[in-house]
Amino acid sequence: MLWNVNRKRKFINSGKTKVFSCSAMATKETVSVGDGIAEPGIEPGASAETMLVTTDSFEEYEQEMSSSIDDKHMKESTTSTISEIQEEVQDIPVTPTPTSPVDLKKVASPDDPELEDISYQFGQTSLDVDPLRSKAWLAQKKHVFVLSQAGKPIYSRHSSEDKLVTVMGVMQALVSFVQDGNDMIRSVHAGDTNFVFVVKGPLILVSVSKTLESVPQLVLQLTYVYNQILSVLTQSQLTRVYDQRRNFDLRRLLTGSERLIDHLLNFMDREPAFFLGAVKCLPLLPSMRDSITQTIVQTCGKIKNLVFAILLANNQLVTLVRMKKYFIHPADLHLIQNLVDSSESFKSAESWTPICLPKFDSNGFMHGHVSYLAEDCQACLLLLTVDRDVFFTLSDAKQKIVEKLRRTNCLEAINESMNKTSVTTGEIGLPEMRHVLYKCRSTAQFWSPGFQSPYTTDEEVERLLGLYQCLHHRLHAPSRPLKLIFQQLDKETMLAWVTSGFELYVTFEPLVTKPDAINSVSKLLKWIKKEEERLFILNSPTF
Amino acid sequence: MRTVEGKVVVLGSQGVGKTSMIVRYVGKMFNHHINPTIGASFFTCKVNLEEARVKLQVWDTAGQERFRSMAPMYYRSANAALLVFDLTQYNTFTAIKTWVNELRRNIEGPMVLVLVGNKSDLENQRKVDPEEGRKYAVNIGATYYETSALQNEGIEQVFLAIAIGLAKLSSGSRDLMTSLRVYDSVSSGLSSPDMPLSPSSEESTTDKSIAFAIQERPPACC
Repeated sequence: MLWNVNRKRKFINSGKTKVFSCSAMATKETVSVGDGIAEPGIEPGASAETMLVTTDSFEEYEQEMSSSIDDKHMKESTTSTISEIQEEVQDIPVTPTPTSPVDLKKVASPDDPELEDISYQFGQTSLDVDPLRSKAWLAQKKHVFVLSQAGKPIYSRHSSEDKLVTVMGVMQALVSFVQDGNDMIRSVHAGDTNFVFVVKGPLILVSVSKTLESVPQLVLQLTYVYNQILSVLTQSQLTRVYDQRRNFDLRRLLTGSERLIDHLLNFMDREPAFFLGAVKCLPLLPSMRDSITQTIVQTCGKIKNLVFAILLANNQLVTLVRMKKYFIHPADLHLIQNLVDSSESFKSAESWTPICLPKFDSNGFMHGHVSYLAEDCQACLLLLTVDRDVFFTLSDAKQKIVEKLRRTNCLEAINESMNKTSVTTGEIGLPEMRHVLYKCRSTAQFWSPGFQSPYTTDEEVERLLGLYQCLHHRLHAPSRPLKLIFQQLDKETMLAWVTSGFELYVTFEPLVTKPDAINSVSKLLKWIKKEEERLFILNSPTF
Repeated sequence: MRTVEGKVVVLGSQGVGKTSMIVRYVGKMFNHHINPTIGASFFTCKVNLEEARVKLQVWDTAGQERFRSMAPMYYRSANAALLVFDLTQYNTFTAIKTWVNELRRNIEGPMVLVLVGNKSDLENQRKVDPEEGRKYAVNIGATYYETSALQNEGIEQVFLAIAIGLAKLSSGSRDLMTSLRVYDSVSSGLSSPDMPLSPSSEESTTDKSIAFAIQERPPACC
């Protein structure tokens, strides 16, 4: 039994919109569509080298996001990336995984003094009203729930989860009823509301959404939530606690981490990076970026077991240095960005933080030395290692890096770029173009200009992102993928275009003509090409 | 003038105010919306005593259950433990006992223990009797303090007590100490005239001596 009704989008049939499309089946090179858009000769930002794991299509990204952490995969793979690295460096003894059996006994004992502690905390924060009778709660645009296969509430986005025991019971019943028939419930559609279910390992994740996001996009978001939970606990610990006790209350292990999920969900509502499966870079002169990268490589090159060095500023990537052979998946990088963005406390001290990157190795923790470069340079440096005993080595390395960066004026350059407002399409000289998302597929990096009128309020920005998501869905619809969309809406005209090298989503003034739109797209591509070394990271440095 | 360098680990249940205490001491401020610590944070600070300069390397650990298994990483080879509980929640006080037992089992050398009941500003919600706290402290060989990170009460005394304890440890039985680093300061001749006669934290003396300014980095945390 599969409950999946394809929702018809209003604008598909409305007479106002014109949709020019060309299916992916058409000949690959120099496709000529409608008024003569041809496969461009240029691919701004393309590079043969990349430090990010790239995928060819959204479907692949989405599948791949979930596949590698499936239970099936877990049983098949006997080695973990982390132990692989640890084994390679022989003179360092393999440290046991942080959760030893002794600790597990601790976890499972019901008379733990901390238990009461937690129930107290939840009692305190819970609302006095029944959320199901609260108009404000019912009117929320997107709910996200996490529960265990036994039906125990774990997380709810908009109210305290223990008030929702009955609702979660219904969700669990729906899932297990369909499972009984050896099938899987995927989605239910009622009016303008989509109910999307994801069952992963011991957890059930549900999204109830009134937004225009498509089912695959909502599934992707739930997968991110699942990955966020793994990032806190690791897959092996999650499986183990439920193997030992099916009705385990996972909130005990997640206390203090709900805010990470809250933040992640808000983050996904306003950041195109997630559905694009790409990362944005901080614009920097290539010479400056090289100098920063070289400083990190030279200082950390001799440190064994250091896997990634990541420098983030304003949530954008300044540079990323990796251990040879290993790459980072954009989805893992997004979780790191979420962690940094939601943890003010990293600003006040050096931290030594365990973090599991589910795409890299879902069964083990990496240890991260996390710190901001300096009081006067708020860029966050993460040094990720598989060795839990090297805090002081990394701490020294960080000091040296900062000193060198200061001497070579790199801190200044980072500050300058952080404080500069992003260039708008108007400033580039494209007056009819309001906004754009450009994703380079070969490097999994994207660029977007600053928002300009009318996208100056949060609501308008969210509406615009919603439009982009619709376009994105239609380019990547599994049943009928499109290559090119030109669509005139009430308030704007949208263009979406996917080629072998890039994905492009453009917002124009509503009355723009097609030739003008095409003309400004080629101008834009030329501009990005000219600026590519500043906007993208085109190499992939290693230690 | 001797310099003593010791490792201090801060332990206790979640939400009792471990990070708040340290941020109050090192950063001289209070943040109402502090995030739960993830893993652990590292701070350094210095306390000047009459007989020695004490450098503290403070590991502020996370109180959540999921980090429980990582605690040994932080208390291993620690010279002092700051055991913090919340005066208004009795179970955080009982949790201290598990920590003490765990430390006893896993740490061999002598250790300075300081037991701290935080949130003394919430006197009307108090659940732990000060006498009970004091008795237990005597029992485990610890000193007992009650503090308020919010109102900045008693925090300085706590760190002073740790410093004094470490200084005593180092002078007591030098051969026993393996992890506590003691060395005679090269600058002792220069800086001692400027040293305050009464114990005080380093911050108050930084601008009195040029030697200080040249030799000492400010605490890495601020």
